[in-house]
Amino acid sequence: MTTWILIVIVVLAFGVYLSWTAGRLDRLHSRIDASRAALDAQLLRRASVAQEVATSGLLDPAASIVLYQAAQAARQADDEQREVAESELSQAMRAVFGEEEQLEALRSVPGGEEAIRELSAAVRRVPMARRFHNDSVRAARAVRRHRLVRWFRLAGYAPFPMTFEMDDESPTPLYSAT
Amino acid sequence: MRIGIVCPYSWDIPGGVQFHIRDFAEYLLGHGHQVSVLASADDDGALPDYVVSAGRAVPVPYNGSVARLNFGFLSAARVRRWLHDGRFDVLHIHEPAPPSLGLLACWAAQGPIVATFHMSSPRSRAMIAAYPILQPALEKISARIAVSEYARRTLVEHLGGDAVVIPNGVDVRFFADATPRPEWQGRADLGRPGTIGFIGRLDEPRKGLPTLLSAFERISHQRPGARLLVAGRGDEREAAEGLPPHVRGQVEFLGMVSDADKARLLRSVDLYVAPNTGGESFGIILVEAMSAGAPVLASDLDAFRQVLDQGAAGELFPVGDPDALADHALRLLGDPARLAELRAVGSRHVRRYDWPAVAGDILAVYETVATGAASVAADERVGLFARFGRRV
Repeated sequence: MTTWILIVIVVLAFGVYLSWTAGRLDRLHSRIDASRAALDAQLLRRASVAQEVATSGLLDPAASIVLYQAAQAARQADDEQREVAESELSQAMRAVFGEEEQLEALRSVPGGEEAIRELSAAVRRVPMARRFHNDSVRAARAVRRHRLVRWFRLAGYAPFPMTFEMDDESPTPLYSAT
Repeated sequence: MRIGIVCPYSWDIPGGVQFHIRDFAEYLLGHGHQVSVLASADDDGALPDYVVSAGRAVPVPYNGSVARLNFGFLSAARVRRWLHDGRFDVLHIHEPAPPSLGLLACWAAQGPIVATFHMSSPRSRAMIAAYPILQPALEKISARIAVSEYARRTLVEHLGGDAVVIPNGVDVRFFADATPRPEWQGRADLGRPGTIGFIGRLDEPRKGLPTLLSAFERISHQRPGARLLVAGRGDEREAAEGLPPHVRGQVEFLGMVSDADKARLLRSVDLYVAPNTGGESFGIILVEAMSAGAPVLASDLDAFRQVLDQGAAGELFPVGDPDALADHALRLLGDPARLAELRAVGSRHVRRYDWPAVAGDILAVYETVATGAASVAADERVGLFARFGRRV
């Protein structure tokens, strides 16, 4: 009799543990969704600001075209091409705003100061959002690698989480212009 | 924004983390945000009105020393009530890993959680053992902040994952606007012998006072009239033991100094020396010295190297090497042009540690995690049956 009671207790405790782990995983997946949405919002914001500056006539024509094309490509890229397109936008921004002189020139025209503020806010937040997203992906992966989680399929049908890899280094003068 | 901040240490005891939280909270309040700080406190009466007490901290042996921690049923209940009453948009926990208020808040909350990691310690056995217990709580944190590149590396080594680096803030104006005191000035810029400043506990060997004192023997020998001003708690007789009498006369112990006097001291000296031998994760005193316009000579610790911009904003000498310290100090004191250059570079460099820059970055983190998310709430434990009901 006592053996049976013990077995029931162990099975119950195991059930509670599985349920708790499933809840943990559930929360991690919603954290990934939230951080991915935040990253998308920041990337979109950066591309919009870049596009706005490119079409505002504040920059010289050559810089405008380079920036406009990269921003346009980043906004319209599908999921497969997104990381590449966003990295190319980072490179374009480094090329255009790489020199302090360019910022000085931009600052001197009306509306330039505001554009710089927007741009530097955008380029600061993209790396932040990306780190937070990749951190949440790593946390979820660590739990999903667990043997019990795999055997009991606790992750359900949620897709295996992917990190977002891109070149998010910002132009130095822009980064320090706050 | 409604922001809840958890301070893991006693509010009544002065410390770097407490000051950081206090200044940040006051900055936020000044900019129209609503802030509530949860901290442990021995005396509820002396708290500013934005601080909520989580009860008295209990001294327990933890991680090799006696730490004052909050835990147990009562503290957990207070944390829950604070979370419930606050309805915060963002919960910001400082030091979530030690078993105190930070960890309790992490357990009890759900929603957008930001955590700042201040410490940087080599991998400890306790941390490795505690990892499976900590992980479920720490994985709720949506955004991690490390106060220095060094603290970030510790965090990545211990817990995996990643963090953004946002340094601790310093009230640059407070130091820059302090008036120098003539009796502390050495005027090395006019070719006089000069004064060297040191601030830190006298009896804490990691602050490195013994290194500085033994270097000062040679400095005062080769630069007669140079003085060393030492501010900090501790037994000065014990600290000055073994110094030859003529050198002892050139060393002034100022004891504990107020914040205002600390700023005036840093404003007055010709050179600030930080001879620490380890245990620093950030080195806020260097930022304060640079804010006050004091040229800095510091030991070559990872954290200091970072704060001094790889040696561009201040000079570095090998850790614990009195001879190198004396060489650098003598060269600097005899070179007014270099001192002026360091002053200029330093005051430009500290702008990134000024509150507007630092608080702006932290607010950007808040916005990143809070946009579109529900507000912070107490984490209601879902029962076994409820979960089956929900998941099927």
